[in-house]
Amino acid sequence: MARDTEVLVLGGGSTGCGIARDLAMRGLEVTLVERGTLTDGTTGRMHGLLHSGGRYAVSDQASATECIEENEILREIAGHCVEMTGGLFVQRPEDPDDYFREKLAGCEACGIPARVLSGAQAREIEPYLAADVKRAIEVPDGAVDPFRLCVANAIDAESHGARIETRAEVIDLLRDGDDIYGVEVRHGSGPGTRTSEATGTTEEITAEYVVNATGAWAGRIGAMADLEIEVRPSKGVMTIMNVRQVDTVINRCRPKGDADIVVPHETTAILGTTDEEVSDPDDYPEEQWEVDQMIDTLSELVPILAEARTIRSFWGVRPLYEPPGTGTTDPTDITRDFFLLDHADRDGVSGMSSIVGGKFTTYRAMAEEISDHVCEALGVSTSCTTADEPLPGSENLAVLERGMDDFGLRSPIARRSTQRLGSRSREVLETDEPNPVVCECEGVTRAEIQDAVSQTGADLNAVRIRTRASMGNCQGGFCCGPMANELHPTSDEETVHDALDELFQERWKGQRHALWGEQLSQAMLTYALHATTMNRDRDPANATAEIDFGAFDDGRAESNRIDPAGRTP
Amino acid sequence: MAIEDDVLVIGGGLAGATAALAAADQGGRVRLVSAKQSTLRHASGLIDVLGYTPSGEGPLSDPFAAIPDLPRGHPYERVGPDAVHEALDFFDAIAGDAYAGAGTESNALVMTFGGTVKPTARYPTATAAGLASDDRDALLVGFETLPDFDAPLSAAHLESAGVPFAVRGVTVRFPGLARDDAKLTRYAHLLDRDERVSAAGGSGAREALAATVEPHVAGASRVGFPAVLGDERADEVRADLADRLGAEVFEVPMGPPSLPGVRLEELLYDALSDAGVRVTTGVPVVDYEPDAEGAGRIDRVVVDRNGTDVPHRADQYVLATGGLVGKGVRSDRERVFEPIFDCHVPHPADRYDWFVDDAFGDQPYAKFGLPVDRDLRPLDATGDPEFANLRAAGAIVGGYDFAAEKSGAGVSLATGSVAGRGAGAEVNDR
Repeated sequence: MARDTEVLVLGGGSTGCGIARDLAMRGLEVTLVERGTLTDGTTGRMHGLLHSGGRYAVSDQASATECIEENEILREIAGHCVEMTGGLFVQRPEDPDDYFREKLAGCEACGIPARVLSGAQAREIEPYLAADVKRAIEVPDGAVDPFRLCVANAIDAESHGARIETRAEVIDLLRDGDDIYGVEVRHGSGPGTRTSEATGTTEEITAEYVVNATGAWAGRIGAMADLEIEVRPSKGVMTIMNVRQVDTVINRCRPKGDADIVVPHETTAILGTTDEEVSDPDDYPEEQWEVDQMIDTLSELVPILAEARTIRSFWGVRPLYEPPGTGTTDPTDITRDFFLLDHADRDGVSGMSSIVGGKFTTYRAMAEEISDHVCEALGVSTSCTTADEPLPGSENLAVLERGMDDFGLRSPIARRSTQRLGSRSREVLETDEPNPVVCECEGVTRAEIQDAVSQTGADLNAVRIRTRASMGNCQGGFCCGPMANELHPTSDEETVHDALDELFQERWKGQRHALWGEQLSQAMLTYALHATTMNRDRDPANATAEIDFGAFDDGRAESNRIDPAGRTP
Repeated sequence: MAIEDDVLVIGGGLAGATAALAAADQGGRVRLVSAKQSTLRHASGLIDVLGYTPSGEGPLSDPFAAIPDLPRGHPYERVGPDAVHEALDFFDAIAGDAYAGAGTESNALVMTFGGTVKPTARYPTATAAGLASDDRDALLVGFETLPDFDAPLSAAHLESAGVPFAVRGVTVRFPGLARDDAKLTRYAHLLDRDERVSAAGGSGAREALAATVEPHVAGASRVGFPAVLGDERADEVRADLADRLGAEVFEVPMGPPSLPGVRLEELLYDALSDAGVRVTTGVPVVDYEPDAEGAGRIDRVVVDRNGTDVPHRADQYVLATGGLVGKGVRSDRERVFEPIFDCHVPHPADRYDWFVDDAFGDQPYAKFGLPVDRDLRPLDATGDPEFANLRAAGAIVGGYDFAAEKSGAGVSLATGSVAGRGAGAEVNDR
C-alpha cells in the first residue's frame, strides 16, 4: 500500500527537527508535524545553556561525556547559534569541598577541559560575583539560541525535501491491528498563511514509520494507540533579566539544588531553574515563590541580581523518563539520558518508536541514534552526516567578521543582525528597499522580519523566535505593532489584527511574573500606549454595536482651522 | 539657606504645569521642579477627558454627561464636574490656536496610528482635519522608513470600524532622507526648513513631498500623514502642503517619541515662562523634612542637584510626579509606594493580585496611586490627610484607569488646576 511519506516525525522541537534533518539528509522522505509553532514545547522553554558536561560530571558521567562531544560538534556546525561564553562552577564558603574535588575529577574523567580559579581570579572574569566566593572551576559552557538552532534544522530538512507542517495537532494515531501506519492531524487555528491546509480541516498522513518525538507529551501520543509511555514531566522556571549581569555561565558548585545557574543569553541573562514533577505538561501552576526563589538564591552568587530588573519569567517542562521499576521520587535524581522505546520490541506494536528523556545539548546525537534505528527498520543503509555538515547560516562564518557597515545599517545593529543570520546575512540584508529598524531593543530590521515572514506567514510568534524582535526590554510594547505592519498587504487586515493581538497577549503573559519595579513601569507604558494612544483595548472594529459617528464633534465648528487657499472647511 | 517660594510644584508634566499655572494665577511666587523630561513625549498630545465609563461603556459622545455617575474616589468625583469644565476652559485659554475642539461639548473621534479611532475632547489643530467623525473622504500617507504607521493597513482597519467616509492608504518614500533610521525630528526639520532635497536647483522638501503624494490624492478632500509635519513651523508646513495638494492636510497622532506631545510640552513651558513661574528641570526631589512644630506639615524638600542636596522650602506643595510611567508611583517585589513622602498607596499585599491575565482586562495596577480628599490632599491608611500642605495632581492620583477610560489629560488638567488654585489660595489666606 502506498504511503504518504516514508517517515513521519511527531514534534517540532529540537529532537524532532534534528531527526527530520538527519533522515532527509540520508535521502528519506520525511514529514514532520507540530502542534504549535516550531520550538513551542520544551525547546523554546530552556535557559539556553550549551552544556560542557560539567553539570553532569559527578552524577551522570555518560551524559557528561556526550555533552562535551556534542558541544564541540555544535560549535562547528552551528556557530551562528552558539556563543562560547565559558562557564564557572562557583563555590561559596558554605558549599562542600568534597564536591568541588569530585567535580574537578569528574571533568577530567569525562574529557571536559577544566581548571581551578581562586576567588579573586573568578571575580576578575566576573566582577559581580559575591566577594566571599571561595573558588571556581572554569569549563567550556556556552550559550545557544534554541530557536535559531531548531529552525535551522527545520529549514535544512526542508531543503532536503522534507515537509514541515506546523499548527498541525495529532488527534489520533492510525493503528491497524498491531501496526501503526500514520496519524490524523487537525490543521490549525490561528491567523495567516502559516498552515498549508485550511484551518479546522483534518488530514490523515500515512507513513512507513512513525517517530514520536513529542517529549513531555509522548505519553499523550502513545495513549492514542493504547501504548503506555511513562514520561514524568517536570517543570522548571526561568527568569529573564534585562541586561547581562554576567558574561559567563555561572553555576553553583554544590550537589544539587534549585536556582543554581545564570546563563548570559544575547542581550539578557537567564536565571534558572527549579525541578518539580507535574501531572499535566499543558497545565501546571506558575508560582510567585518560584520567581522569588530564583532571585533570592542566585543573588547569593551574584548579589546585584537582588536589585536588578527582570523582564519576564517562563516555565518549561522536561520530558524526564526512567525505565520502569527504578522508583525514583525526586525528579532531580532522574537521569538526563534519553531512551528509545521501540514499540515493536516493547509492546508488540510495529511501525513506531518513541524518544523520551534527553536534553537540548545532545539533540543531534539523539537524532542520529534514532535515525539509525529508523533506517534499520526500513532497511536503508545510508549513514549520518549531521556532525559534519554545517547548518544553514553557519556555512561560512567568516561573514560574521566582515564589514559591519556592509548593509548600510548602524554598526551595532549590523553586528547583531549578522550574528543572528550568520552566513545568510548577505542574502537577507542586501536589499535596495529601505530597511529601517523595526525592533529597537534587539536591533532587528525590516529585512530580517520579512525574511522570517517568508518562512512563517502571518505568525508573529514564529517571527519572534527567528529574529528576537519583541524579546527585549519593552517586551513588544513599541515593536509588536510595527512587526504586525510588516505582514500587510500579503496578509489581509483582519489576519494582521489577529496576529498582533496574539503576539501582544503572548508578550504580556510572561511579563506578569516580572511586574514590579522598572518592568511594572514598562508594562504601564505599554498599556498606556496601546490603550490610550491607539485605543486597541476598545477597538471600534471589534465592537458589536455600530458607532453613531454623527453624534461626535466633526471639527466643522472650529474657526481656528487652517484653511487652504480657496477652500472652505 | 533654603530656596523659598509660596508654592512648590514637584513634577513637570501636564498636571504639574497646570498646577503651577493655576497657582501663579493666584499671584503667589511659584516654582516648578522636575526630575527629567516629562512623559508628554510618550503621549499622543490629545486632550482626552472621558471616552469610556469605568465599566467600558462608550465611546461617549458627551463626556460631561457621564462624569456625575463616576464612582466615589474617582478624581473627577473628587473635584466635581464644574472643576472639569473650568479646567478645560483654563486649558483652552493657554492653548489658544494650537488646539481645537473647544467649540463643542462633544468628544471628537480621532484616527489613531494603529488604525483605530478614539474619543477625545481637544486635539491639536494639526489633527483637526483628521477626525473620524468628519465624513469627508481621506487619503492616509505612510513613509517606507517609518514602520510604526502602515497607512494602507490603517485605512483598511478604519473601514472595518465603519467610519463614515472612504479612506485609502499609500506608502511612499520620504524625499531627502539619507538614512533609513533617521530620528523623527529629522523629518520635521527637513520640512520646517524646507531643505533642498535634490541636486542643483532641486526642490525643497515640501514641494518634493507634495509631488510624491499628489498622484495618489485622486479626489480625497483630506490627506493624513504621521505626526512629523514640522516642529516650530508646523502650521506653515501643513498649509504649504495643503496648497500644493489641493486638499486639507492633517497629522495622525503617533507613539513615542511623539512630536505633538513635545509641542504640547513646549506650549506649556512657554506659558509657565510668561506666568513668571520659576522652572528647574533635571533635578529630582529626593527627600523632605517635616515641620519641627510637628503640625503635620512639610517644612522643606530636598532636591538633588548634580549630587548636591539643595533644600527648597515653600508654604504649599503640589505633588505631580506621575504614576507608574512617570515614576511618581514605584514598586518593588514587596510593595507599591510613593518615593518622596512615602504617602499611602493602597494595593493588594500579593503582587500576583496587581494584575489580571488579559492584557487589556481590568488591571488593578493601572489604578495604583494616592487616595485624596476633595482638596486633593493625599490620605493615609486611616483616611486622614498625610500633610496639611501637600496636594496631589495628575497620574499620581489613584483610583482610575486613564488608559481604559481615555481620561488621562482631563484628569491632569482638572486635578492640576484644582490643586494649584487651592495651594495658591491658601497662601493668600495666610
